[in-house]
Amino acid sequence: MGSASDTLPATKRYRILGHPTDLAGHVATLGPVPLPASSLRVWREGFVSALEASGLPGRGGAGFPAAIKLAVAHSAGGRGVVVVNGMESEPASDKDKLLLLRSPHLVLDGAQLLAAASGARNVTVCVPLDRDHVATAVSTAIAERAGTRHAPVPETLARPPSRFIAGEESALAAWLDSGASLPAFRPDKGMPLRIGRQSALVHNAETLAHVAMIARTGSDAFRAHGLIEDPGTCLVTISGAVENPGVVEVDRGTPLIDIVQRATPHQAPQALLVGGYGGAWVGPEHFATPYASLSLRAAGSSAGVGIVVVLGPDACGLMESARIAHYLAGQSAGQCGPCVYGLPAVADDVARLAQGRVDVTLMARLDRRLQEVDGRGACRHPDGAVQLVRSALRVFAADVRVHAAGAPCAHADRPTQLRFPTLPLTGGA
Amino acid sequence: MIRVVIDPVACDAYGFCAELLPEAITLDEWGYPIVDGTPLPPELVEVARRAARDCPRRAITLRERKARG
Repeated sequence: MGSASDTLPATKRYRILGHPTDLAGHVATLGPVPLPASSLRVWREGFVSALEASGLPGRGGAGFPAAIKLAVAHSAGGRGVVVVNGMESEPASDKDKLLLLRSPHLVLDGAQLLAAASGARNVTVCVPLDRDHVATAVSTAIAERAGTRHAPVPETLARPPSRFIAGEESALAAWLDSGASLPAFRPDKGMPLRIGRQSALVHNAETLAHVAMIARTGSDAFRAHGLIEDPGTCLVTISGAVENPGVVEVDRGTPLIDIVQRATPHQAPQALLVGGYGGAWVGPEHFATPYASLSLRAAGSSAGVGIVVVLGPDACGLMESARIAHYLAGQSAGQCGPCVYGLPAVADDVARLAQGRVDVTLMARLDRRLQEVDGRGACRHPDGAVQLVRSALRVFAADVRVHAAGAPCAHADRPTQLRFPTLPLTGGA
Repeated sequence: MIRVVIDPVACDAYGFCAELLPEAITLDEWGYPIVDGTPLPPELVEVARRAARDCPRRAITLRERKARG
């Protein structure tokens, strides 16, 4: 499709990181974004079949296939909006910030392609209020493109509040619609999101960068990486007890321990937190697990957002989990009872366990509460917290026995090895 | 096949549903209804409709889903 695919053979290494930041350099290196030139229908067929053949799933956590999401938005009729989700509210994730800072044109290209294919009339890039440096980079890129053939539909920047839940796609659509970051109860995921009367196609920044690359290289270049059932590359942020924290682009299916080695752990890790704060801990027996959805699920985790946090041997996994549970409880949107009341109750139980303040009913109570909270919110925020805590009880089972006997371990008082926002904003402001 | 679906955003833990339909709805420790998502036995459908009608928050819907296969 177009001349760019002729000059980029399928065997060329497919990468979304490492391209020039400015528009001139971006176009000189990757070629112009292959937008429809003459027949929209012919172009659309080619674009959609490449996207389908690529098997690209969303890289924002849920992993929903991009081609199906496009079909849902397209079926809702034209005059919609493509929303670039640059909220990246997971504290341990930097990948979307990095993409928007270094390769904003690749992300915007992806949004323009989906706008053309879905009939959308606008592209809106969402960057949280407290992230001015990212917003500046996006504004600069938008100004460079404005009025050129690279931006056939207008691109605007929006600044939602910096709350964890603000990046959930229905909460983002709700904020753009009404100014309140509240997730919607959506029993039918096949229904498109709406902003007023417009349909909204919301995509994580990384997914859009892949869309822009696949449109240029064809699906084979993407599928030359990764696994047959989980193809392509993905961005992973590595942090925790490592020398060189940062973002790497890896092939899906790369063993967890190989990803971790790229950041040089201080010592042999005790455990890895995979998929973010709503992800799961993985113990040493699973360190060779391929970074891919099915394999991680079998290891009790999920690929989630591309995040691996290394927990060193000198940390208390239960105390770190208590901090995460406390953080997640504080980030509830405040809509659903099981999340509003359940997450603080769970967090309190985990804190008691971590501090060795254990009564005889604690473990049974925590178990029951985890069961009661799981799957009972409008969004998956409570489910993520439940998955995290359950994984902690499993992976740190030996510590659970020691703590439950009333003796917290020697590491419980150490400062955290995880990242938390220093001043997490609360409320809708 | 009819299932009870609770809108967790609308629900405010009045608890009427669990009194009317204890066979299919229990309450968690904070008073919010738990449904297990399995199809309702036919003899409970009428009382389930009443529970949906009587919910002060209109948080209950009965959803028809065709059996697979």
